[in-house]
Amino acid sequence: MAKRIEVSGLNVYYGDFKAVEDVSMTVEPRSVTAFIGPSGCGKSTFLRTLNRMHEVIPGARVEGKVMLDQQDLYGNGVDPVAVRRVVGMVFQRPNPFPTMSIFDNVASGLKLNGVKDRKKLTEVVESSLKGANLWNEVKDRLDKPGAGLSGGQQQRLCIARAIAVEPEVILMDEPCSALDPISTLAIEDLIEKLKDRFTVVIVTHNMQQAARVSDQTAFFNLAATGKPGRLIEMAPTKQIFSNPGEKATEDYITGRFG
Amino acid sequence: MTAVAENKPAYDGKVLDLTGKSGARAFKNTLATVLIVLAFAVAMIPLLWILFTVVSKGYHLLLSADWWSQSQRGITVRRAGGGAYHAIMGTLIMALITAVIAVPIAILGAVYLVEYGKGTRAAKAVSFMIDILTGVPSIVAALFVYAVWITVFGFNRVGFAVSLSLVLLMLPVVLRSTEEMLKLVPDELREASYALGVPKWKTILKVVVPTAFGGIITGVMLGLARVMGETAPLLILVGYSKNINLNPFDGFMGALPTMINQDRTELALPNAADRVWAAALTLILLVLALNLLARLVARFSTIKSK
Repeated sequence: MAKRIEVSGLNVYYGDFKAVEDVSMTVEPRSVTAFIGPSGCGKSTFLRTLNRMHEVIPGARVEGKVMLDQQDLYGNGVDPVAVRRVVGMVFQRPNPFPTMSIFDNVASGLKLNGVKDRKKLTEVVESSLKGANLWNEVKDRLDKPGAGLSGGQQQRLCIARAIAVEPEVILMDEPCSALDPISTLAIEDLIEKLKDRFTVVIVTHNMQQAARVSDQTAFFNLAATGKPGRLIEMAPTKQIFSNPGEKATEDYITGRFG
Repeated sequence: MTAVAENKPAYDGKVLDLTGKSGARAFKNTLATVLIVLAFAVAMIPLLWILFTVVSKGYHLLLSADWWSQSQRGITVRRAGGGAYHAIMGTLIMALITAVIAVPIAILGAVYLVEYGKGTRAAKAVSFMIDILTGVPSIVAALFVYAVWITVFGFNRVGFAVSLSLVLLMLPVVLRSTEEMLKLVPDELREASYALGVPKWKTILKVVVPTAFGGIITGVMLGLARVMGETAPLLILVGYSKNINLNPFDGFMGALPTMINQDRTELALPNAADRVWAAALTLILLVLALNLLARLVARFSTIKSK
């Protein structure tokens, strides 16, 4: 598992509005890549194009290429549903399914795709919850609702749900921004562990977080409000935070930017 | 001044007014409270009055087993006795057929409007039509079905024709409420499901509809409660029979609203009046019982936290 993502010349539009312009980058497998940048710079939008989730919004479209190893995610005949099976996603706010138990939440990806074998489901739920560092906290109440857990536990439940379908890539859209520092730490430890098996891409507003968890960092920025967001610089995280190549990057990470 | 005064004093000695409401604000607060309580009371008076009258005048007939098991066959308005079994069954059968036809169409229609047709011209047109349909008086729905069912196709007046006209009345109510419930399901849940590689139709079936299930059930009950009390379609499309007729495709059929209507013409006679009140109370109890049943269904279908 874990595949390389190569993006070239990607433009993203919402209707007539160009939200992201000309992004090219390579995301390495079995590593953590962080996207940083001010609000509205298109990093979340760009992230959502990596599993075609932006298409949920009417009028959204892209130009350019997103290659998962050798396969074009936007090629002819590619089904977005199939893309999302291999590129999973964790959202900003924990969103466990309110009508389902903890067990069913984790098993939902498999169950809704037709897996009925109870033994297999039980194994996957246990290994996924262990993989999300949540097993010990919930193993005695798997039949209780997922929505009854704390915010941090819910987010780890969502991560367990995402890894249960064995994706190649996991996208995380500000996964800690609704969580307290202790829960954030738990998620960060988990991300460190996930990169042994998956390609992880994380959007974050927290630069310390990017510095702590990521191997590569991409800085996005926009020239002005109403202008499209662009990729300014992408480099190994150490280099971005110690010796950025662009003035704009340095201004942003040192806090001299708006 | 002593040396202490040189230091910054812990307190500046000024007493702030922290007593809260000033006179004018307290008055406005009281006025608003009184008005709200009054409005509530005014709304409750007719409701409690009706309930009290119906229960006190109708309950004694309901205590007899005959009421629940006998029809009005051979019982004239002057006589006591008989029951409402024919009318209860008639109302339930016609309501059930109505629900079986109207609920799937309404829920599928609402799913189309919220999940597929959002913002399209077709969806806007459907929405507009539904709004108009909500305002259609029951007698218009009944006459429409009369024109199609009896005048055009030449069928007889039967219970099924009533159900068809009740569908026209129930459909918009259930569709509108289901639509509102589906809109309340957060998009994050849909996206969470898509992100697992779940197709859209399965997301709707297994995530969106179950999340909105309690609200959808409430809408169905509101719709049922509305159509069970309708009288015009019954009078026009099935008439009234004092005999037990459980076949919705043949012959006249009793129903609670028409049973009330039947004895209402002879209200001066005590036995007829008793039956009117008892039938009215029975109708209220039927709606209540269906409501409780629906709530139980909704409760057992959701996951328990304790």
